[in-house]
Amino acid sequence: MNSEQIRQVILEILERIAPDEDLSDLVDEKPFREQMELDSMDFLDIVMELRKMYRIQIPEEDYPNLNTMAGTVQYLLPRLKDVPVGT
Amino acid sequence: MSFSDRIVITGIGLTAPNGNSLAEFRQSLLEGRSGVVDYETRYMGPVLAGVCSFDELRYQKKKDVRRGTRAGSIAVYCANEAVKDSGLDWPNVARDRVGVYLGITEHGNVETENEIFEISKFGYDTKVWSHHHNPRTVANNPAGEVTLNMGITGPHLTIGAACAAGNAGFIQAAQMLRLHEVDLAIAGGVSESIHTFGIFASFAAQGALASHKDPTKACRPFDKARNGIVVAEGGGICTVERLTDAKARGAKIYAEIIGYAMNSDARDFVLPDANRQAECMRLAMKRAELRPDQIDIVSSHATATEQGDIEEVSALRKVFEQSPRTAINNTKSFIGHAMGAAGALELLGNLPSFDDGMAHATINLDMLDERCALPNLVVNQPREMGRVDCILNNSFGMLGINSVLIIRRFES
Repeated sequence: MNSEQIRQVILEILERIAPDEDLSDLVDEKPFREQMELDSMDFLDIVMELRKMYRIQIPEEDYPNLNTMAGTVQYLLPRLKDVPVGT
Repeated sequence: MSFSDRIVITGIGLTAPNGNSLAEFRQSLLEGRSGVVDYETRYMGPVLAGVCSFDELRYQKKKDVRRGTRAGSIAVYCANEAVKDSGLDWPNVARDRVGVYLGITEHGNVETENEIFEISKFGYDTKVWSHHHNPRTVANNPAGEVTLNMGITGPHLTIGAACAAGNAGFIQAAQMLRLHEVDLAIAGGVSESIHTFGIFASFAAQGALASHKDPTKACRPFDKARNGIVVAEGGGICTVERLTDAKARGAKIYAEIIGYAMNSDARDFVLPDANRQAECMRLAMKRAELRPDQIDIVSSHATATEQGDIEEVSALRKVFEQSPRTAINNTKSFIGHAMGAAGALELLGNLPSFDDGMAHATINLDMLDERCALPNLVVNQPREMGRVDCILNNSFGMLGINSVLIIRRFES
């Protein structure tokens, strides 16, 4: 997957976790929590979804990398670059 | 009762398989409309169930529904409906003086089964076990979700009382109001049990799960052809207040809780005991200072199991032998067994008889089992009662838990 494809995966996860939110104008560089209602349990949902979908184990010390869309994509790119889209 | 405060019901919210408000529910009961349908449950395939269709998003966001439980959503819907119906000036109600007391038969099985199913798709890797599991499965969950949704900071708890739980919720409310622990109780019972396959499978293993080619005819208490329980979901929640408070704010008063009792069989895990049931009814009437012939309607608990119906009929014969005028009906025949909500829904389904003077029937009683014969069963068609003043509501459960609640028409 490339950056845009990973972004799309994250967006779909966010849509499931926060179904009341309008994510169409999400700013990639701004923290998720400044743009939507997202608490620690929701954040763990993102981690869990990635674990289920791609068997990625994200250690707790890496969680700050996932505060923004841009940071999340950057963090995941080397880990998912060999994963085909749709898996 | 020995306590001085009189306790009244001032608001009602409910969801039943055949109605999402008191008016809808009552109409279904008087028109003989069942809420039992074909239903698919995990592993077992087709079964029958009482399924509710209330609008979950009326009082919750999609995210709240996703995060919480079905029992929580049922409780949130019913509690909000009850408060709305009560006419309380909710924004100005002291939330730290509100208590939430909800009866449950079980809680947590749904989420546990869901999680085990989920990890089964990952080779039972517990690393994909949800962090939502604990907050969803703690036993106080349905009542806690109500407090979160409505900003209530007073006490909340669920009362685990098997299928006697609906009455137990109201009893807890009356007690806490009389102790002045709270000024307003949001109380009743809820059930999400149709979402756990285990309850169906366990009743099936026990030979106590109903089957019928026509779902609406599956739940048939007292009938020769009865073959077990139809599991249902639902909720019945009321605002309960001290009479003095209700009168001071000019509240509409649906009924007064004038007597209650709970006791235990101390005999068997599953089989009921007519003697203890009879004692429970007599104790509730004694506390209400009523004779059996002053009870107009008995809302029976009968679940359409072989032994359960016979035991309750035996208890009713003992207690109401000298009161042939007391009408006896059954609400489960319409909606199935709503478990923790059963006692609440069965009470609330009968409550409108104070206004309309009708007793709804027990339906699907085509061939009476003579062992279940009672002098005044309301069979298949509702009955004009004229005036109804007192209703006695039976709710009994596994491990031999019995609860009886008596309400009276309120007259100022």
